[in-house]
Amino acid sequence: MKRITVGAHYGLKDWLTQRLTAVAMALYTLGLLAVAGYHGGIDYAFWQELFAGTVFRVATLLFGLALLWHAWVGMRDIWMDYIKPTALRLALEMLTVVVLLGYLGWLVDILWGRR
Amino acid sequence: MSCVERPAPKPRPVYLNLARIRLPLPGLVSILHRISGAGLFLVGLPLLLYAVQASLVSPESFGQLRATLATPLARIVLIGLVWAYLHHFCAGLRYLLLDVHQFIELKPARQSSAVVLIVSLALTLFLAVRLW
Repeated sequence: MKRITVGAHYGLKDWLTQRLTAVAMALYTLGLLAVAGYHGGIDYAFWQELFAGTVFRVATLLFGLALLWHAWVGMRDIWMDYIKPTALRLALEMLTVVVLLGYLGWLVDILWGRR
Repeated sequence: MSCVERPAPKPRPVYLNLARIRLPLPGLVSILHRISGAGLFLVGLPLLLYAVQASLVSPESFGQLRATLATPLARIVLIGLVWAYLHHFCAGLRYLLLDVHQFIELKPARQSSAVVLIVSLALTLFLAVRLW
């Protein structure tokens, strides 16, 4: 049987990425819920104070990076599965990267920008 | 040794008609995992960033966001996104368990996918009732 070898052997790495970023995001979500629950809900003062703390800002940035990477792998899988024309698929993949990097910039601006 | 008589192959559909595909439960959970993930990226992420930004500007903008989120349309979108997050979360946990060889037999796999569907829907319903 004739086999055509394709791919860049990124399958295992992406599989692992998807799991590790998922666990990181799950921990952040549960942590945020625990903080909100411990405080008994979220009002403006508490919310503002939370986002003023460096630890929370860095944790949120890490959550954002995990989300970005996770969404990239997931969306690329979707484009690879359903979009057959190469040019269109590459365009959509590039658009995904641009949008995700844009979101990252937006997040950094929210976290450290002047308010 | 004589050749084993093989049964005549059943006619298989050679097309994929979405309306005629009957997905088994784990398949349903799988495609919903994909759909919820795409929805979270396409709809959830920009709305979340917008909401977090608006919530931090001033007490007035925080209050305004609360008021906006209380409108029926915003609530429907919010509940949809809450379901997407919960389903994606629970189905993802199930995949992590499958990775370490839990629930990999047919019956446990079906049962665990039913648990994923029911738990995420029940939590969504609980949060929707609390929100309203």
